[in-house]
Amino acid sequence: MEYFIQLFMSGTVKGSIYALIALGYAMVYGIIQLINFAHGEIYMIGAFTALIIGATMASAGVPTGLVLVVALISAMVWAAAYGVTLEKIAYKPLRNSPRLSALISAIGMSIFLQNYVLLAQTSNFVPYPNWVPQFAFLEDIKGILNSNQFFILLTTAVVMVLFTLMIRYTKMGKAMRATAQDKAMAQLVGINVNQVISVTFVLGSVTAALGGVLICSYMGQINYYIGFIAGIKAFVAAVLGGIGSIPGAVLGSFVLGWTESLGAGYLSSDYEDAFAFVILIIILLVRPSGLLGKKEIKKV
Amino acid sequence: MHNIDWKKELKQSTLAALWFIFLTFPLMVMKVAIIQGQATITWRWYNVPVVAVTFFILSFVWRYMLERRNFTQKKESKDILGKLLAQPKYSRPAIIALAVFLLAFPFAFSMYQTNVMISVLIYIILGLGLNIVVGYGGLLHLGYAAFYAMGAYSYGLFFTYMGPKFIEWGINTGLMFWIAIPAAAILSLVFGFIVCLPVIRLRGDYLAIVTLAFGEITRMFLQNEGQITLGPSGVSQIPRPWLLGMKITPVFAAKYVYFIALVLVIISIKVVKNLEDSKIGRAWEAMRDDDIAAQSMGIDLTRAKLASFAVGALWAGFAGVLLAAKTTFINPESFTLWESIIILCVVVLGGMGSIPGVIVGSVLMIMLPEYFRSFAEYRMLIFGLALVLMMIFRQGGIIPRKRKQHTFEVEGEGAVK
Amino acid sequence: MKPILDVKDMSMVFGGLRAVDKVNIHIDKGEIVALIGPNGAGKTTFFNCITGVYTPTEGEILISRSDNSGDQKKINGLKPNVINNMGLARTFQNIRLFSSMTVLENVMIGRHHALKSSILGSIFRVKSTREEEERLIHESYGILKKIGLEKFVNEQAQNLPYGAQRRLEIARAMATDPFLLLLDEPAAGMNPQETRELVDTINFIRDEENITILLIEHDMSLVMTLSERIYVVDYGQLIAEGAPEEIKANPDVIKAYLGE
Repeated sequence: MEYFIQLFMSGTVKGSIYALIALGYAMVYGIIQLINFAHGEIYMIGAFTALIIGATMASAGVPTGLVLVVALISAMVWAAAYGVTLEKIAYKPLRNSPRLSALISAIGMSIFLQNYVLLAQTSNFVPYPNWVPQFAFLEDIKGILNSNQFFILLTTAVVMVLFTLMIRYTKMGKAMRATAQDKAMAQLVGINVNQVISVTFVLGSVTAALGGVLICSYMGQINYYIGFIAGIKAFVAAVLGGIGSIPGAVLGSFVLGWTESLGAGYLSSDYEDAFAFVILIIILLVRPSGLLGKKEIKKV
Repeated sequence: MHNIDWKKELKQSTLAALWFIFLTFPLMVMKVAIIQGQATITWRWYNVPVVAVTFFILSFVWRYMLERRNFTQKKESKDILGKLLAQPKYSRPAIIALAVFLLAFPFAFSMYQTNVMISVLIYIILGLGLNIVVGYGGLLHLGYAAFYAMGAYSYGLFFTYMGPKFIEWGINTGLMFWIAIPAAAILSLVFGFIVCLPVIRLRGDYLAIVTLAFGEITRMFLQNEGQITLGPSGVSQIPRPWLLGMKITPVFAAKYVYFIALVLVIISIKVVKNLEDSKIGRAWEAMRDDDIAAQSMGIDLTRAKLASFAVGALWAGFAGVLLAAKTTFINPESFTLWESIIILCVVVLGGMGSIPGVIVGSVLMIMLPEYFRSFAEYRMLIFGLALVLMMIFRQGGIIPRKRKQHTFEVEGEGAVK
Repeated sequence: MKPILDVKDMSMVFGGLRAVDKVNIHIDKGEIVALIGPNGAGKTTFFNCITGVYTPTEGEILISRSDNSGDQKKINGLKPNVINNMGLARTFQNIRLFSSMTVLENVMIGRHHALKSSILGSIFRVKSTREEEERLIHESYGILKKIGLEKFVNEQAQNLPYGAQRRLEIARAMATDPFLLLLDEPAAGMNPQETRELVDTINFIRDEENITILLIEHDMSLVMTLSERIYVVDYGQLIAEGAPEEIKANPDVIKAYLGE
């Protein structure tokens, strides 16, 4: 039983990270129907920026708590800046083009950003310092839930709540939902669609960067390639839940996290990554539009 | 074009330069090395002026190019080369020159060059195959490398399991290549068909992600089921193709495989061309342009999709066997998602649905990185950027698809093509 | 004599919305019939049900190529391509051509069902395939000539003027050898000159090609000159049926169009 709880918790933690990244996929897809292939790179850049700024501060003797806060903020700021720039350069000129063109452009950007970080920093794994405070009250159950994991769960929960409130109650949230439904109509009723798209990229990048810093602190290392795998997984999660649906992306992420942990724990750890794909195929066979995706009515 | 407002332009470029200084600051200026928990930070201030000047200039170029694109989009591009080559006066010598070049290539150039050229030929076959699914059928396929692996492993494992038997029976193992070629093609075709069956009702991006998933599962299977597939270390010492029982040296093998690949490329081009102007080829393109209309015009979408997946997979089977024969060594690492993406890029960069496009796309995708090894560090960076720029400024690809033209006599009924 | 299209109590429900509500319509061989009604009355949904894009929630759709009662077939729930092969062809309200293909190729797609060649035959381009292709090109060109589009033969469909695109939809549908042609707003967006030509074309298709026609249209003058019988729907329900003069005078129809 304890083994199960342990696996379940590690699955939940994984799912939280996937959820933080998958939000960006789901939002961008919802609004411009694009698989933002470079989203994983934004996550990686966010984590790298936090490492650079954080390590610089730490070596200057700044207290750890402050380092964590500033590192997180700078990860979010720069990730958002990269996200918005990415959209302006690689996607905006292709807004009226076939979907495949924008997708290839996204793939191109993904390759570009990976190699940019490789050249500007290093191709090796860099140890990632752990700035997350160690909570004393978790000492007894460390085997099941350690401080890093707790911090990840807490952050994800806070982000999800804020996010839901924002989408539901703010003016921008309403504008985003309107744009997702019908871009042309949203424009006609006076919504600044360009602005909505930029905000979408900012939000997606910010949450991804948070996820990046947290998971790197937990795993203890980073390199230029981490975004690619995480990005693919999070994308699978978003599709699993029903692409473009935000609650779907969150649900899909947890389903994916649990499947991977339990599968690796009970079946075979060699196939940990394959479980994600197997569950994806099974769910799409039963529900072709994902767990929470709406059934498409053909418009003729 | 209209007058340039220099003041505005300068302002925009300055802003762009400032923005990029900010954007690239942590990654370009600061560099961290962490050794035993101790962080050392290197400050590279010289990158600030480099970024500033680069983006100040690029910002001008970018706006100019975008403007020009919007300005010329409506007009047909002047295709001078295409028009010249359409006349037999110029096309005949061109074809002869090309034929001579291709025939002489392995003798005129080194073994290394020949091997690069074989890679190009393999990618042409892969590109033509994927082009059937993506270019004609409009189905985004992100797991094509799995079929490529299917081809390579059918030859590799055939050798692993039957090779000793062949030796025991006193048969040259090189003959296995000639059995593997048709066998791999048929296996890939069947495999393509089976994979497609369950995913047939998925649409658009769902199909894309499922093909991706399928490709990754295949690779993990190859990696983890060492009992069957020899695992991550792969299959080595695969025999080179048989030729009249001769002992084949590596240098000769390169030339020989080159010619086999060349023949297969010519066959592929011919077959794909035939398919393009056929019932099924038109059905694919109709399905891509508008699936609901296609169905309403009597096209069975299920059959068309199955056919495109299966026929597309067949070429990957051929290419896989060629790869195994060329390198005599295969392992799962050759068939990652990246491989699928590279093949997709061959098709899209060259020009979707365009056979000459796929050829040029393969040449560029394989040759450029090979011959720009001096820029080795930067080649992937440039490659990524090139993909983005191509999509923005030349969407139809390098050689866009041309439609077949028919001329009809005004009075009579005779169709003259 | 049996009708060639007989729709009995057909309904189409989306969630809570009854887009088509217990509609009964029948069409006899050789007629030109119009289906009219205000925007959103359920006309296109009705077409989509008959052509297999949607499966109707209730009711029956029966067709027969001849007016012989023996060969009536129920087509509910069949796929669009199967229904098309049985002899029902349609055009689309929001033009759905194969936009990157040429005008000739669009018509050639329409003849898809008539081709016998197999994939293997196509791969090796055997003699029978070559001959079939040759014939196909001629036949398709012939259809374009009948509809008056031969001058655009090699143009890409997306580059055609709007009116020509609408006519190409008709040509493409005719190429499938239908006995009943369903036209969804064929005159939408056409100028008066083009509309007059369209009337001639539709009459020609009925008289010379012996194809029965059911059309949805908002252009009332076109409906009144062309059709022999008119059905009027509103809120998914059939509210009137009759000859053009009767429909013009029907108070329910006037109310539906003008509101109260």
